[in-house]
Amino acid sequence: MCLAVPAKVLEVDPTRLRARVDYLGSQTVVGIALVGGVQTGQFVLVHVGEAVQVMDEEQARDGLALWREWLDDSEPAGLP
Amino acid sequence: MTTVNLLAYRDPELFARLLRRIIPALEEQVQKLGRRVRIMEVCGTHTVSFSRTGVRQVLADFVELISGPGCPVCVTDQSDIDHMIAYAKRPGTVVATFGDMMQVPGSAASLRRQRAEGADVRVVYSPSQAVDLALENPQKQVVLLGVGFETTAPGVALSLKRAARDGVRNYFVYSVHKLTPPALKALVEDPDHRLDGFLLPGHVSAIIGRRGWTLLELLNQPAVIGGFEPLDLVVSVYRLVQEMKRPVRLVVNNYGRVVREDGNPAAQRLLEETFEAAPARWRGFGMLPQSGLEISETYRAFDARVALPVDRPVTKAVRGCRCGEVVKGKETPLQCRLFGTACTPERPLGPCMVSDEGTCSIYYQYERSHHRDRREEPHEDYALARGWRQPDA
Repeated sequence: MCLAVPAKVLEVDPTRLRARVDYLGSQTVVGIALVGGVQTGQFVLVHVGEAVQVMDEEQARDGLALWREWLDDSEPAGLP
Repeated sequence: MTTVNLLAYRDPELFARLLRRIIPALEEQVQKLGRRVRIMEVCGTHTVSFSRTGVRQVLADFVELISGPGCPVCVTDQSDIDHMIAYAKRPGTVVATFGDMMQVPGSAASLRRQRAEGADVRVVYSPSQAVDLALENPQKQVVLLGVGFETTAPGVALSLKRAARDGVRNYFVYSVHKLTPPALKALVEDPDHRLDGFLLPGHVSAIIGRRGWTLLELLNQPAVIGGFEPLDLVVSVYRLVQEMKRPVRLVVNNYGRVVREDGNPAAQRLLEETFEAAPARWRGFGMLPQSGLEISETYRAFDARVALPVDRPVTKAVRGCRCGEVVKGKETPLQCRLFGTACTPERPLGPCMVSDEGTCSIYYQYERSHHRDRREEPHEDYALARGWRQPDA
């Protein structure tokens, strides 16, 4: 319903509340009024031309690490 | 992170390991229930993800995925569809719309047909483009069709604020925005709906936060907020099944990289300023209290309902179309007699076949052949054949 794509912020225009972002190699301008304080280099989730949330990179890494850990603890040794 | 982490959440090796670990837990639940676990994926993007990634097939022996009311065009009542299409016929009017409305059949015509007949209908990618259209066409009235859930409404709210600030007097919004939690409440309270849990929409949750789902906690419903990559899907299903086993259920956030406890407070404040919650009519559900967003008193001058009254045709239901039951997850598209015969993406009869996130359109694209396969395939050997489960000793 709410298809949204993650994009990397390349340049912030704080007066017009816009940012130039990169989504898998293509650049576009999106609104940043909903994500105050967003900075160059961060990733935002874009929906209908507006950044709706700043993605939490640490959480993204931790989430995976947690599941890997869980598997390492629970799998019998020798299994792939 | 786009490249690194998105691909990481698609890692096939980790996926296979997780699946091997998770399947026994799913099997256990299936044995306990004596049937497959019934999970509703509320969001249309989840329906697409489960099909496109093949995760639906991989879990098919254990989990019955039921597509929910997560396609905004599909849940829009037919009378609202007719109302919106009627603006295309209004003299001096430019209709601005997101792409998936174009082919939705109204009782008399679709926007695409109106455009072919000379109406000024423009597909916009963002609401701010619709304000640009109003500035470029000062002699015309521009009506944005405000279709969408909590994720989409803030973008429309921003367009209202901009129009007010810049004194754009020829910009209007026809709001049929809807709020997701009240529809899920209606499903929980429906006595003939046996759902074991909900996979909650990740991007609605980005706005309303985990806290936005308090309603489901009050109803003690197992529910997990999930992302859209293969690892997100399979882990969310697992956590949902774990939650089912608990006597007291909390809404689990399994999409922490995007969803915060409080969501996006700036977006919430903006919605409170520009809209007010009101009863709304949903396709299939009928009237649901406090489930729609009407334009607030302060922004009433931009409300197309108030400022631009229009004659609309008498609303007629499409005979045989099951879209109303499909959005509630009570029927699958495969049970509809029109599906794939009279109703196809090329010639859709109902909105569920139009939108990329409509259940019928997704099932048409991905599920028709699998369904045939599954009927011929021995049920329990499915996971075995794919090496997800070890043969019993």
